[in-house]
Amino acid sequence: MTSIEAQVLQPYKYGFVTDIEADVVPPGLSEDVIRLISAKKGEPAWMLEWRLKAYRNWLKMAEPHWSNVTYGPIDYQAISYYAAPKQRPALESLEQVDPKLLETFAKLGIPIEERKRLAGVAVDAVFDSVSVATTFRETLAKQGIIFCAISEAIREHPELVQQYLGSVVPYNDNFFAALNSAVFTDGSFAYIPKGVRCPLELSTYFRINASSTGQFERTLIIADAGSYVSYLEGCSAPVRDENQLHAAVVELVALDAATIKYSTIQNWYPGDEAGRGGIYNFVTKRGACRGQNSKISWTQVETGSAITWKYPGCILQGDNSIGEFYSVAVTNQRQQADTGTKMIHMGKNTRSTIVSKGISAGHGQNTYRGLVKILKGAEHARNYSQCDSMLIGDQCGAHTFPYIDVRNSTAIMEHEASTSKIGEDQIFYAKQRGLSAEDAVSMIVNGFCKEVFKELPMEFAVEAQRLLGISLEGSVG
Amino acid sequence: MTGNVLLQIENLHATVEGREVLRGVDLVVRTGEVHAIMGPNGSGKSTLAQVLGGHPAYTVTAGSIRYEGKDLLALKPEERAREGLFLAFQYPVAIRGITNAYFLRSAVNAIRKHRGEEELGPVEFMDALEEKLKLIGWDDSYLNRPVNDGFSGGEKKRNEILQLAVLEPKLAILDETDSGLDIDAVKTVAQTVEKLRRPDNATVLVTHYYRILTHIQPDIVHVLSAGRIVKSGGKELALELEERGYDWTREPAPVA
Repeated sequence: MTSIEAQVLQPYKYGFVTDIEADVVPPGLSEDVIRLISAKKGEPAWMLEWRLKAYRNWLKMAEPHWSNVTYGPIDYQAISYYAAPKQRPALESLEQVDPKLLETFAKLGIPIEERKRLAGVAVDAVFDSVSVATTFRETLAKQGIIFCAISEAIREHPELVQQYLGSVVPYNDNFFAALNSAVFTDGSFAYIPKGVRCPLELSTYFRINASSTGQFERTLIIADAGSYVSYLEGCSAPVRDENQLHAAVVELVALDAATIKYSTIQNWYPGDEAGRGGIYNFVTKRGACRGQNSKISWTQVETGSAITWKYPGCILQGDNSIGEFYSVAVTNQRQQADTGTKMIHMGKNTRSTIVSKGISAGHGQNTYRGLVKILKGAEHARNYSQCDSMLIGDQCGAHTFPYIDVRNSTAIMEHEASTSKIGEDQIFYAKQRGLSAEDAVSMIVNGFCKEVFKELPMEFAVEAQRLLGISLEGSVG
Repeated sequence: MTGNVLLQIENLHATVEGREVLRGVDLVVRTGEVHAIMGPNGSGKSTLAQVLGGHPAYTVTAGSIRYEGKDLLALKPEERAREGLFLAFQYPVAIRGITNAYFLRSAVNAIRKHRGEEELGPVEFMDALEEKLKLIGWDDSYLNRPVNDGFSGGEKKRNEILQLAVLEPKLAILDETDSGLDIDAVKTVAQTVEKLRRPDNATVLVTHYYRILTHIQPDIVHVLSAGRIVKSGGKELALELEERGYDWTREPAPVA
């Protein structure tokens, strides 16, 4: 297997730093820092109170260490909790946005200027702690759709935020969620009114730029009765020797017969081959299918981060509601991922599908951790789980921890798992037909991930395939 | 009529896992020719095929291979393929989630690109594929199935021949393509190889059995034994082997 791994490593392609003057709050966390963040955001008093409540809870909580990952202690007082480019642009006019920011997003393939925008995708571009711009707002507003930065929603739509914020992931849900609730800066807010099918893909692109900062974004999406929305999330960060913390919370609420499709392409800086640097991606994502016949579908392609700790889940409250989780997680070099999902069946005839594809290369460690819970009242619930692992080389690892908790005997559960290894023979076969080593691996891996990629919106499917090619480059020769 | 020298193997020695399997193979293949390499189990037939393809598990320790005058051993497996060397595998590999059509088109385009030709789009490619499918008696349904995934042993071998027909190599090496096939399938494979025979290409058939040679006319039959070609002759040699077995071809132990 050594000849397979012998190839020179390809550097991370999004690792540049934008040289921009930033307004950075000094490192450290205290009630004063939270008050400062809240003041910078011009928040109402109730928001500050909620943050402080979360902070006081967080102080009493301990960092969780049950996951199958290892890392040194995190000094929460060494992190800066707020960083923003100095010239805060007026949201209505893109002309006032610092050209360096526009250039940064253009370089990442996310053009936000009017004439260069991606067709069919409305983008909220978040740079460190602030939203730089949100495109297509007027088009969306015509249908009553609200799509803006969450800090703006707190000011402009307080009734919606107050009703739903923390209703799926409470401020004291877990250590990282509590931290996020205390210090979250920006992120996206979307509200789709009754019966509206959102005509555009909504998308947020998160970029970490400043050093020694954490990014704590918060996203809240509410799909009112009978509505539909597809939301995409992408992210990247510069190459740095230090580990940066990214602790996000995403809450989704689907009311009667509403559908939310949430797709993520996570490409945070993964660290170097020796495991130096990289993002700690400790994220809480959860959706509540509150209404009958509602549906929430998570699709994630996790290729970046030094450590990934996330379990996008669905609480299937409404009868006949559906939860889905499609995941591709790649760990190369020294990356570690502990990811999976939680499907909590409460309503009758609720259904969930889990398809998880883990790819480990280099010294990567990949863990699938999933919980399927069928509560007493969930008559005739069904779950189908499929966990496939692929190993490239013999230094990496794949682990699967499926937890099943069934309290209703009418439930039907299916679980399938497989582990395969890309071997020299498979690569040789493709090469003997004229394909390069990279194309051969990319083809084999893409074939393995096909069931997940087909769930992605088209704009993202191409990106995902390309990204997978990049993050596995160097793992096979 | 003799063609140009396409492949020239001289004193080839090769090892796998430290064990010497090829011990001085000499072989010349000219364009327009079909060679059959026969021999008992463990004589080095498949090793020879894998070494020609460039499998990384095999190490050449001595000797040379020239292909169209170039040093074949200096080329990577994918470069050999792009230069027109095709190996039909004894055990074809499955690739999940990738359709046969996509795989075939990728292979064709890798070769076209290498030649400086324009790559084929899915529609153009499908048109060209139709007649090749007919050659091996398959319908379109095989194109949308994942490469060799869930294929029977016979289907996998037929798929190798489909690839051979589509890629139209200069030099085809068929590594026991006939083993594990029923009589009809052997006939289809053999007939396809015959149809693809041209004055400017050549085929090396590695086989255990005489029966495929009832459908393919080899120009030269070689017996490989203990890592060397110990006997060469016309088609009648194959017939003789069929009747007498391999024992009589074995050389006495070489005197040091």
